Amino acid sequence: MGNYYQKEIECASREEIRRIQNEKFLKQFKHAWENVPYYRKKVEDSGVSFDDIKSIDDICKLPFLSKDDLRDAYPYGLLGTDLKNCVRIQSTSGTTGKRVVAFYTKDDVDLWEDCCARAIVAAGGTNEDVCQVCYGYGLFTGGPGLHGGSHKVGCLTLPMSSGNTDRQLQFMTDLNATILCCTPSYAAYLAESIEERGLRDKIKLKAGIFGAEAWSEEMRADIEKRLGIKAYDIYGLTEISGPGVSFGCSEQKGMHINEDHFYAEIINPKTGEVLPMGSEGELVFTSLDKEAFPLIRYRTKDICELSDEKCSCGRSFVRMAKPRGRSDDMLIIKGVNVFPSQIETVLIEQGYPANYQIIVDRVNHTDTIDVNVEMSNDNFSDNLGKINEMEKSLVSALKAMLGIHANVHLVAPRTIERSEGKAVRVIDKRKI
Amino acid sequence: MIRNQLSVFIENRNGQLCEITGILADKGINLEALNIAETVDYGVLRLIVSDEDSAIAALKENDYVISVNPVNMVKVPNVPGGLFSVLKKITAANIGIEYMYSIFGELNGSAQMIMRVADPDLLEKVVSQ
Repeated sequence: MGNYYQKEIECASREEIRRIQNEKFLKQFKHAWENVPYYRKKVEDSGVSFDDIKSIDDICKLPFLSKDDLRDAYPYGLLGTDLKNCVRIQSTSGTTGKRVVAFYTKDDVDLWEDCCARAIVAAGGTNEDVCQVCYGYGLFTGGPGLHGGSHKVGCLTLPMSSGNTDRQLQFMTDLNATILCCTPSYAAYLAESIEERGLRDKIKLKAGIFGAEAWSEEMRADIEKRLGIKAYDIYGLTEISGPGVSFGCSEQKGMHINEDHFYAEIINPKTGEVLPMGSEGELVFTSLDKEAFPLIRYRTKDICELSDEKCSCGRSFVRMAKPRGRSDDMLIIKGVNVFPSQIETVLIEQGYPANYQIIVDRVNHTDTIDVNVEMSNDNFSDNLGKINEMEKSLVSALKAMLGIHANVHLVAPRTIERSEGKAVRVIDKRKI
Repeated sequence: MIRNQLSVFIENRNGQLCEITGILADKGINLEALNIAETVDYGVLRLIVSDEDSAIAALKENDYVISVNPVNMVKVPNVPGGLFSVLKKITAANIGIEYMYSIFGELNGSAQMIMRVADPDLLEKVVSQ
C-alpha cells in the first residue's frame, strides 16, 4: 500500500474513471474525425456517422484499427496533428518488412512517461533509487519510456540500453543499482552472469520491471530468487504509446491499465463482438488523449482477460492478465493450443538463444511439430554425449510445457533466417 | 604433447565439410588431424591445425560455433600391440578416455593418436614414463 505516483487518479472511484474516460473519448473521437481523413473514411465506410457516437458506450459501433491500417497509412496517414507539433517518433519491428511508425507531441511523451513513472513507483521506486534501464534505446519504446519515467520519479537513471553484459554488471555493482528494467529473458541472463562471476553479494537490486515479451510465472519466481528482488510486469505497445499502458503492482495479480489514458476492451477475435468482463479474448485499446497518434479501437492481437475486482494495492484501475500470446500466433496442434511464446520460454529456460523456428506439418493424418534451434557457443561442447543430453532435456521440457511431443533439431548458427525485426517463427506446412 | 583441438558444430548436409576446409585452405592453414562424431542431424568436427588462432578467427568470422579444448597427442609405436602398450599404461593410471582418433601421416616409424581426457597433464606424464 501507499506506493503511488499519481494517487488521485490511480485510486479514483470507478465512476470517476468512467466519467473521465467518457469525456476524453468524445473529445478524442472528434479529434480523429476532424484531423485524420484516413480514420474518418474508415468510420464512414462502416456506415457510422459522427452523430452516432454520443458516449463511450457507443464505442462498440466503431470499426477496429489493426496493424494493417498502420502499414497502409504509413508513414503519415494516421497522424492527428501537424508535424511541427510532433517531437518524436518511435517504431516497431514489422513482420512484413514494412515498419510501423508512431508519432508523439510533447504532451504525448509526457503522458507516456507519467505511465512509466507510475510503474516505477508501484515497484517501490523513489528519488533515492538507482534505476538501470537495459531496454534498447532508440526506435524501440522500451528504453526511452522507462528512461523518461525514471526521470519523473527522480531516480538516478543509468541509460545502459541493451547488451554488453560486462558493462551492465560493472555499473550495477559500482553504482548500486536498485531497480532493473529489461526484458525478462535478459534479466534471467544477467542473473546467470552474476552467479558465474560470483557477484551476488555486490548486487543491491530490490525490484525489476520486466516486459516486452511473454514470460511465465515460473520464470518470475526463478528471477526473483536468483536476483533477490521482486519482479514487476510492465506491458505496452508502440502503437498506443509504449511500455506503461499497464503495469504490475505489489500484488502481482495482473497489470493495472492506465485507464485515464487508455480504454481497454476484450473482443471475440473472430466476430469482433465485445465480451463481458472476465472473458478471455483479444485485447483492444483506445488511446484517450494522445494528440499525434489518436488510435481508436486498435486490435493488439494479444489474448488475455480483464478483471475489475478491487485490488488490495488500493488502485482502482482495471487489471489485465499477462497475455497468453498473440491471437494470430496461436497454433492448434493435435487439438492442443500452442503459442510460440511457450516454446520460447522453454528455450530460454534451457539456455538456448531465442533464435528458433517452429515447423508444423501433417504426416499420415497426424500433426507433427519440429523445433529448429540454433547451437550457441555456450551450449556447444566437443563431447557429443553432452550435446545429446541437452537435446533430450529440451525435448522433455517442451513436452512438459506443451503437453505434446516436439522434435528438436539443433542447427548451425545464423541458419535460421533473420529479418529486420521479428523473424518468421512459424512455418505451417499443413494442407487442410 | 598437449595441443589445442578445435571442435566445430556442423549440420549434416552436403558441402558442409567442403566449406570449412575451403575457409581453412584460403588462410593457408594445414590440417594435422581430423575426426567427426555424428548424429542424424548434426556432428562435431574435431580438428588439429597448424595455426589455431587464425583458424579460430576464420571460422568465427563465418559464424561457426567452436569449442577449443586441450587434447593429448600421443606417440604410438607402429607395430602390432603398439596401441595396446600405450593403453595399458593409461588404464593402469585409471585415466578414462572420452574419445580418441588417429593423426594423419606417421612420424619416424610411429603412429600418433589424439586422446581426449579430463586431465591432459596427467596423461602426458603417464605416457612419457
